[in-house]
Amino acid sequence: MKFSLSAEQQDFAKSLDALLGDFDTVSASRAWARSDTGPGTDLWRKLAEAGVTGLLIPEDLGGVGGSHLDVAVAFERLGYHGAPGPWIESAVVVPLILANSDKPEILTDLSDGTQCASITEPDGSRALDSHVAANTFVVAGHRLYEGTPSKKLRSVDPVRTLFDVQAGTAIADLDPEIFTRAYDSAALACASSLIGAGERLLDDTVAYVVQRKQFGRVVGSYQAVKHALADVKVALDFARPLVIGAAHELSAQSAVASRDASAAKVAANKAAYRAARAALQLHGAVGYTMELDLSLWILRVQALVTAWGTTAHHRDRIATALTQEN
Amino acid sequence: MSMKFTADESAFRAEARQWLGENSPGRLPSMDTENGARAHRQWERTLAASRWSVVAWPEDLGGRDASLTEWVIFEEEYYRSGAPTRISQNGISLLAPILFQHGTADQQARYLQPMTDGSEVWAQAWSEPEAGSDLASIRSRASRDDERGGWILSGQKTWSSRAPWADRGFGLFRTDPQAERHRGLTYFLFPLDAEGVTVRPIGQLDGDAGFGEIFFDDVFVSDDDVLGAPGDGWRVAMSTAGNERGLSLRSPGRFCAAVDRLVALWNERDADSAATSGVVDSWIAAQAYRLYTWGTVENLSGGGDIGAYGSVNKLFWSQLDIGLHETALELLGPDAELRGEGAPADGAWADDYLFSLAGPIYAGTNEIQRNIVAERILGLPREIDARKKP
Repeated sequence: MKFSLSAEQQDFAKSLDALLGDFDTVSASRAWARSDTGPGTDLWRKLAEAGVTGLLIPEDLGGVGGSHLDVAVAFERLGYHGAPGPWIESAVVVPLILANSDKPEILTDLSDGTQCASITEPDGSRALDSHVAANTFVVAGHRLYEGTPSKKLRSVDPVRTLFDVQAGTAIADLDPEIFTRAYDSAALACASSLIGAGERLLDDTVAYVVQRKQFGRVVGSYQAVKHALADVKVALDFARPLVIGAAHELSAQSAVASRDASAAKVAANKAAYRAARAALQLHGAVGYTMELDLSLWILRVQALVTAWGTTAHHRDRIATALTQEN
Repeated sequence: MSMKFTADESAFRAEARQWLGENSPGRLPSMDTENGARAHRQWERTLAASRWSVVAWPEDLGGRDASLTEWVIFEEEYYRSGAPTRISQNGISLLAPILFQHGTADQQARYLQPMTDGSEVWAQAWSEPEAGSDLASIRSRASRDDERGGWILSGQKTWSSRAPWADRGFGLFRTDPQAERHRGLTYFLFPLDAEGVTVRPIGQLDGDAGFGEIFFDDVFVSDDDVLGAPGDGWRVAMSTAGNERGLSLRSPGRFCAAVDRLVALWNERDADSAATSGVVDSWIAAQAYRLYTWGTVENLSGGGDIGAYGSVNKLFWSQLDIGLHETALELLGPDAELRGEGAPADGAWADDYLFSLAGPIYAGTNEIQRNIVAERILGLPREIDARKKP
């Protein structure tokens, strides 16, 4: 019986932590928000060398041919460090959708990080960060189209730029299974990012409350503060096993993979949101400022909670699965 | 699940499933009533006769030498079969691990075997009127009786689970009043029918006398019934507290079985959308608990230690249990008020809901667990101790 991460996966997480920790992701994110995507693109290339862009791309196309567990590991670290860019779209969704298409050359470019791609959510009309993407795709029905970004939209997270996208030429009719799997994988990667972001918010808040004093005492010694943070810890610790469980199911292409990916997303949404609220509350007024880097994670969580399926949407998917199983 | 069980583990599961399928009595009357206690003891005998009462124990004690993984598998199958919670739980999961670790050969020989078939049911006697979550503040004391080679217990324990129906009890007494709070405590085993012991049943919120007060009026306990060294009671007792909050008290099987019943109830009642969120969230929580537990099992099997993570665990399952049952009551609507005969599922939902309400209180209140998580895992400073002068 093997449930937790392998030694290789733990090493992979550590190496990403080292890479991302050395890179100034905060400056890259702030620059990205000002439309200066240079530093973020540098980071993208470094992460490509570490294999993150090619995790789900087959080895013969230059990828790593990794598993969903590797995706879970990588995206938790991306979420923790707050890397900017269309990571879920370019490294998870597009590779899975184009895997059996007649456009393998795009995957080669994605995998070595020379290009990135974006894509709408199924039957959605918006795509993330199309301004940096060589290709933006549109999914409508079970058909894949080339997309043309038009109007720029503002996200609650300034580091995310959204675009209205018009569908152009149809590229392929795809097996509904492929879309479902790509969507489940996106939900999983998003859940991992949320857990990473939640962990970061927890760590930063713990660091703050042990040094901040009020009424002659360290704020972190007050029970109300401790209890709020303990609840965040519990929520995050119990969301992660759902992500790992869903990653196992997705890799095995099991019949319950969609249900379990949705469970991971619901739990991660709730846990990360709780972390964000607690972080904001316990920092007090300084937490409500843009100057403090904390805002990057608070707003990222806000955006990711609704990206790739809201809590309500994923609950509906689970409810349907539970009705059918019964 | 893509987690792979070995052929032996799968065979163990199949054997347990088959036996439970043929023998599980389903729900029994509350173990905290006279008839219920009798029925539960009978069920313990049945379990023991086929070596299913203490699967993780050595074979010469009636166990199967089951691994931790197999124990969790057994628990899944046990609750899946609808079998009742165990009247022997205090003994098997709270006392026995201490007996195995700290007990003398004689204590092990006297007490382990009768625990396995329900012939000796144990009550836990930790709390006192002035000592609940702050267990180190207990006042019940034991004074030395060198002449008879033992100790004289006096004082009062309360909220003592199973006390009205049990045969024996275990608890901490202060043997050195001069020593610091956590020191000078000694762990004693005692018969509940000993001279000087009076047990007064206390009606619980659910109406049954599940716990009681125990009064000790100069009760003699010989040195043979001191568990661990005199004065070392706190350390001995705490060696299982993590266990209680962690795995042993609440394996996931219970919650998985309860959420399966909840999903069935929801499908049957053609639920409205408001209750659906609760059903889905309860299902997610049970699933999370199950997966988290497999991670814990893997960690422990690899020589790891739960430590303060037992508190993370306890916070989660106690809240999961209440949420799940609140959702069931929501689905039952006005019928949720009914208990017993004539109520949906003969009142099982109402009974289990009331029981779930105790979860955040026993085994250390959730407030204390949150402090433990915050201080020992997150590294936040301890609160100012009001007992200490600045």
